[in-house]
Amino acid sequence: MKKKTMSLVQIVEPDAPAASGQPRLAVGIDLGTTNSLIATVREGQVVPLPDEQGCFALASAVRYLQDDSVSVGHDARQCASCDPLNCILSVKRLIGRGVEDVQQLGEQMPYRFQAGESHMPLIETVQGAKSPVEVSAEILKVLRHRGELALDGDLFGAVITVPAYFDDAQRQATKDAATLAGIKVLRLLNEPTAAAVAYGLDRQAEGVVVVYDLGGGTFDVSILRLSQGVFEVLATGGDSALGGDDFDHVVADWIVQQSGSSTDLSPGEQRTLLRMACDLKEALSQAESVTASYGDWQGELTRSRFEQLIEPLVSRSLRACRRAVRDSGIDTGEVTAVVMVGGSTRVPMVRERVAQLFDCQPLTDIDPDKVVAMGAAIQADILAGNQSGNNDLLLLDVNPLSLGLETMGELVEKIIPRNTTIPVSRTQDFTTARDGQTAMALHVVQGERELVSDCRSLARFELRGIPPMVAGAAKIRVTFQVDADGLLSVTAREARSGVEAHVEVKPSYGLSDEAVSRMLEESMAHAEDDRKARGLREQQVNAGRLLETVRVALQTDGDLLDVAERALIDEQLELLEQLASADDQGAIARQVQKVNQATHEFASRRMDATVRRAFAGRQLEEL
Amino acid sequence: MAISLTEAAADHVRRSLEKRGKGEGVRLGVKTTGCSGLGYVLEYVDDLLDSDCVFESHGLKVVVDEDSLDFLDGTELDFVREGINEGFKFNNPNVRGECGCGESFSV
Repeated sequence: MKKKTMSLVQIVEPDAPAASGQPRLAVGIDLGTTNSLIATVREGQVVPLPDEQGCFALASAVRYLQDDSVSVGHDARQCASCDPLNCILSVKRLIGRGVEDVQQLGEQMPYRFQAGESHMPLIETVQGAKSPVEVSAEILKVLRHRGELALDGDLFGAVITVPAYFDDAQRQATKDAATLAGIKVLRLLNEPTAAAVAYGLDRQAEGVVVVYDLGGGTFDVSILRLSQGVFEVLATGGDSALGGDDFDHVVADWIVQQSGSSTDLSPGEQRTLLRMACDLKEALSQAESVTASYGDWQGELTRSRFEQLIEPLVSRSLRACRRAVRDSGIDTGEVTAVVMVGGSTRVPMVRERVAQLFDCQPLTDIDPDKVVAMGAAIQADILAGNQSGNNDLLLLDVNPLSLGLETMGELVEKIIPRNTTIPVSRTQDFTTARDGQTAMALHVVQGERELVSDCRSLARFELRGIPPMVAGAAKIRVTFQVDADGLLSVTAREARSGVEAHVEVKPSYGLSDEAVSRMLEESMAHAEDDRKARGLREQQVNAGRLLETVRVALQTDGDLLDVAERALIDEQLELLEQLASADDQGAIARQVQKVNQATHEFASRRMDATVRRAFAGRQLEEL
Repeated sequence: MAISLTEAAADHVRRSLEKRGKGEGVRLGVKTTGCSGLGYVLEYVDDLLDSDCVFESHGLKVVVDEDSLDFLDGTELDFVREGINEGFKFNNPNVRGECGCGESFSV
C-alpha cells in the first residue's frame, strides 16, 4: 500500500483560522435588563445555549453574599425581597450613568449609592462598593462560562448587544464590563439591528424596518432604514417602565378584585399571585379561556376579558410607536418589515394591534426572547472569520448623535454628523486665533445644537508645543475616529512641528435615552433660535477679533495718528465693545463696518510706514 | 540544530512578503489536528513573541516558538510543485509517522 504523502502547506495570515481547522468559538450575547442570553453558530445553525438545567434565560440579577461568593441568575432574583441591598437587579439601567442620573432613578431602586471617582455611581454591598460595570461583569462571566462549557474551548470573542439609544459612555461601560469578565468584544451591536439580522433582513437591498421590543420591564421601538447593507437608526422611542410584568400586575389585580380577597398581601403572597397571573397570561396566548383559582375562589378568565385588562398598556406602546414614526419622518406605508422582540409579543392582541398600526404582518417565527442573541451570534460568527468570503455581510451602524469640536465663540463645529456610517474617520483643519499662540484647548462635544452649552461635553484635551506663529498660520489637523463599536478617539496634530495630542473618549457617564431623544427634539425645535444664536456669536467673535487687532496696532503705531483722529477711532472702538456684549447681531455688524471705515486711513498709513521701514537703508538693486 | 529554507522556499517566501507589503518573516509551528495528532502551521510574522526562536536563512527570518521547536528542530522547509498543486513541504527529521489523511504527523 502506497503511503499518502503529507499535503502541501500554504503561508497564512497570523491569527487567521486555518481553512481545514476548527472554527473559532464566537458567541452573541444579549445583555438584557431582566434576562440575558447567549447564542452561537454551530455547523451553520444559530443555537441559543442553555445552562445545565436546560434553561436559556439567565436572570440579570447579581447577589453579593456575606461569604464573598456571588450568585447570579434566578436564585439571586429570588432573594431580592429578603436581601434587597445586596441583590442588584436591572443593573443595565445604571451602566454608564452618572451619579445625578442615578439619583433620579434611585427612587425606584433600593440600593445605597455613593459617588465613585469620575462620577461613576457605586452601589454599597456587603462585599464593598460595586460599580455597575462590575455587576454587569458578573452576569457576563456566567454567560462566558456557559459558552465555554457548551463549546468546549476558550471563547475567541463575543458580539454584545446594546439598546440603539445607548450613548458613548454606556457603550464604553458595557465594553469595560466584558473586558472585566474576560470576554473579547468583537463588536457592540444595536439590539434592533441584531433582531433584524436574525431574520436576515440585512440581506435585502433596502427598506424600513420597525423593531417592536416589549420585554419584561421595558418597551423599546426602533425605526431603522436599511440601504446598501447599512442600518441607519431613524428614530428610537419607548417607555422604560412598560413591560410584560405590567400585564401580570393587571391580571393579579383582577384576581384580587374578583375573589374579594384582601389587597393587603405579604411579599410572599404577592409573588405567588404574580406567578399565577403570569401563567394565566401565557396560557391565554394559546387558549381562549383559562380557569383561575385563588384561595377558595375559582373563576374563568377569557381572552377577551384579558385583552380588555391589558388594552391601556398596549395602547401606551402604540402611542410610543406613532411618536417614533413621527420623529423618523417616514410614512407608515414605507415600512417593509416589523420584527417582534420580547416575550410579551407572544400575546396575540399585541401582534394584531401592531399589524394594524403598520399595516404589515409582523415577523414572529423566531422565539422573541432569543432573537436578539441569535442575531448577535450570526454577526459574531462573521466577525470571527468563520464564514469565509462573506465579509461584505459585515454590518455597519451609524453614530446616533453628531460629534464635534468647540470653536471660538462657544460654537460647535460638527466633524462627524449624526447618522454617519461607522466606522468612520474625518479630518478637519483648524488654526490658531492669536499671534504667537503655542497651545490649543480642544473640547469634544456630542449633540445636535449649535452652541456648546446646549451639547454634551465628552472630553477636553490640549495640544501644546505649537511653534509661535502669526494667527492663522498654524495648521492643526484634527482627526475624529469612531470605531465599529461607536467609540470615539480624537487626534490633533500641528503640521509644521508635528506635535500631536490624542484622546480616547471615555466619558465618565452618559446620557439617558430620554436625554438623547430630548436633545434631538430640541435641535429640531430650536433650529431657528440656534441659527440666530450662531449668527450672533459669529458677529461677536468678529467684533472681538477686530477690537484686538486695532488696539495692538494703536499700541505700536499710534504715533501715526493725530489727536483728533485717535479720538475718533477710540470712540468707535468703545461703541463696538459695548454692542459686542449685547445681543443685536445687526447692530454689531453695522458697527464693525464703521470701525473698518474709521481705521481705513490708519491702516494705509501703517502699511506705508512698514514698507518704508522695510526698505530703509537698502539700495534699489537689492530689491 | 536549526530550521532552514531551501532556495525555492526562500524565493517564494520573499515574493509573498513583498506582495503582502509587511511582515518580519515566516513562522513555522505545530498544532494539534488531524488523526495522527500534529499538523504544521505556516504564517506571516508581524510581531515577535518573547518565546520565539529566530533563525536566519537566505536573508529571511524564520521564527519558531519554543514549544514547536521540539517537534521541528532540523526541519528544512521546501517549496514544491506536486501535479497541479504548489506549496510548502516540511522535511522534518523528527517525524515517526504520517497519517492517512495527509493532515497530521506524529513524532
